[in-house]
Amino acid sequence: MTVASFNERSKGGVGDGFRGWWNSLARPAQWAFGVPVILFLAVLPLLNIPLLTTEGTNFGSVMAQFGMYALIAIGLNVVVGQAGLLDLGYVGFYAVGAYTVALLTSPDSPWNQTGDGGFLSKDWAWLACLPIAMAITALSGLILGSPTLRLRGDYLAIVTLGFGEIVRLLADNLEDITGGGRGLSQVAYPRVGVTPEFPLGVFSAGNVGKTLNSGVWWYWLSIVLIVIMLLFVGNLERSRVGRAWVAIREDEDAAEIMGVPTFRFKLWAFVIGAMIGGMSGALYAGQVQFVVPTNFNVVNSVLFLCAVVLGGQGNKLGVILGAFIIVYLPNFFLGRTEILGIPVNGSQIAEYKYLFFGLALMVLMIFRPQGLIPVRQKLLTYGRQLYVAARRRSKEEHAEVTK
Amino acid sequence: MSRDDSDSAHDPGAVGAGAEVGEEYRHMSEESFGEGPVGPMILDEAVVVDVADVMPELANPEVVAEIVAPTREIDTRIGEPLVELDKVTVRFGGLTALDEVTFTINRGEILGLIGPNGAGKTTCFNAMTGVYRPTSGTVTFDHQVLAKLKRNQITRLGIARTFQNIRLFGEMTALENVVVGTDARHRTSVPGATFRVPRHRHEERDAIDRGMALLEFVGVGGRATEKARNLPYGDQRRLEIARALATEPKLLCLDEPAAGFNPAEKVALMDLIRKIRGDGYTVLLIEHDMRLVMGVTDRIVVLEFGKKIAEGVPSEIRDNPAVIAAYLGVPDDATA
Repeated sequence: MTVASFNERSKGGVGDGFRGWWNSLARPAQWAFGVPVILFLAVLPLLNIPLLTTEGTNFGSVMAQFGMYALIAIGLNVVVGQAGLLDLGYVGFYAVGAYTVALLTSPDSPWNQTGDGGFLSKDWAWLACLPIAMAITALSGLILGSPTLRLRGDYLAIVTLGFGEIVRLLADNLEDITGGGRGLSQVAYPRVGVTPEFPLGVFSAGNVGKTLNSGVWWYWLSIVLIVIMLLFVGNLERSRVGRAWVAIREDEDAAEIMGVPTFRFKLWAFVIGAMIGGMSGALYAGQVQFVVPTNFNVVNSVLFLCAVVLGGQGNKLGVILGAFIIVYLPNFFLGRTEILGIPVNGSQIAEYKYLFFGLALMVLMIFRPQGLIPVRQKLLTYGRQLYVAARRRSKEEHAEVTK
Repeated sequence: MSRDDSDSAHDPGAVGAGAEVGEEYRHMSEESFGEGPVGPMILDEAVVVDVADVMPELANPEVVAEIVAPTREIDTRIGEPLVELDKVTVRFGGLTALDEVTFTINRGEILGLIGPNGAGKTTCFNAMTGVYRPTSGTVTFDHQVLAKLKRNQITRLGIARTFQNIRLFGEMTALENVVVGTDARHRTSVPGATFRVPRHRHEERDAIDRGMALLEFVGVGGRATEKARNLPYGDQRRLEIARALATEPKLLCLDEPAAGFNPAEKVALMDLIRKIRGDGYTVLLIEHDMRLVMGVTDRIVVLEFGKKIAEGVPSEIRDNPAVIAAYLGVPDDATA
């Protein structure tokens, strides 16, 4: 109910004005505006804007991390935001994706396929592993989902929490395969742009240039994947699938009685969410070239969920903003000693990031429970003309009233 | 637009068989409101779509009726049994909510299901729509036993329902709510939607056309883009009927559709139910309001304490001593 009252109040704000304007544009016009914005975001690490760049770490790698978190947020948003299934073990899928790439390409792994007799070529191993990792995480989503999606609400959250921990503990304890706590090193990455200057290619962790380093290249790669995933998820949203998800979120029983095969669509949400999480995991494994179980703690799951809730559940752009905040803010403070002349101990602030995110979430739940950019889904492929007409009408009426 | 539509529903010409009762209501509404029937309230800040502007073809009620009419074959051989309940018993622990209830619903009729509070009317509904499994007995729909089917399969077989307490998808717009109903007949899944295959595009167009036509049909077309939870109460009830009709049912089950309605709205609802039957649907109606039930139904089944106590045409039911006793109690001298 609070959500409702807040939505009412936010009517007619800047955000709504922008949203209305955006929705009234035709598809090509949206692309014409969207592409420059994406390009601008892409060159952001190269511009070196003083207050924006990070001091303690390389801005390029921060943006690369943001790219991965954005993918995770998009995937988790399908599960939590659209279908309303609380998943606390999402890091498990991230881990499955990362470990799939690592197990197939790391020399430490018994299943390494990049050496002699392996089916992967050294240069293209990572790219070939990306679809494999996505397929395997999708499968793990199916395996986890089919018995557990009969549960609802808190019970589902508990089971998924368990799944996340199981994956991490398996990685930690199957020492013969995963190397246990030592992890797997020398994971493959796309070996492109090999020049005398970069003997291992531009994506290599060895590319540590000041601006155009490997982080920027990974960031660009993740932007491409994000755009593809946004189109994919957007197409689903404006179809029978997206409507089924929202109907399930709103009232599962009513949805079932209106002829929505709820179990099947919940499973689809789980599988698609898992697949996108696995993709992000594969990116991570390639960028860091090293995976260890400690990177897949439960606290990461909570951080991912925090990105989704902070940005606005169900809103694709919102959750990307949430991911940016989660990744960027701690790195912004890291190593900073003053902001606009005010002395601060930035590293200390960055260390307390969980405290601040916790506080931020509490404040948000009180004043803006729907998230920073609240959702207003479009669930119809061809309904635009109707909505535009409705908007024009309300504007005219508004003008008449104020006259 | 929606105002126009509900007004036309009050046109005396539109009233069919139960005109007598309708007349009674119209009279009452004129007394209580002074200026005749009132349409759905339109709030100041409401976002109203001029449907005739966007989809001009929907200005013609005949076109609306045409689009609303089911796109698949719905057999309307009147009189043949469509649903047969055979000794249906539903027990919750020690409580017997339905006790060997047997009746049939025939094609093309409006059957009323009445009874005092707690008589088992809604349980009967739930047993038919798969929400509860009967403890014993069978429900046969269109020659098919409903025992093992999932709820969504029962809906696609052709039973749709509304809820006693409105259960719309609040955050979705009115049109999207109805489109969820039309999706029951659609087959696009993840692959089709991802690649926007021709079938997906075809189904999306169909969804909007039929969705808008259905909203016009029940009289909420002007509020198509409004969130369902922001609609006035009466419009929400009508929207539920539109959503149920969107699944192209053979049998439409209405669970107290007139709850909370004023007399004028009840008249409009009666006309709507008749219009729905006229389109080839069979209707099962649970209702407390006796005038409405007597006015609109062809046949009535009466339940009391989970047992069927009477069945017959409205005039028979009105004079049935068991029914009168159930509703009004038995006079002291009779029990003595």
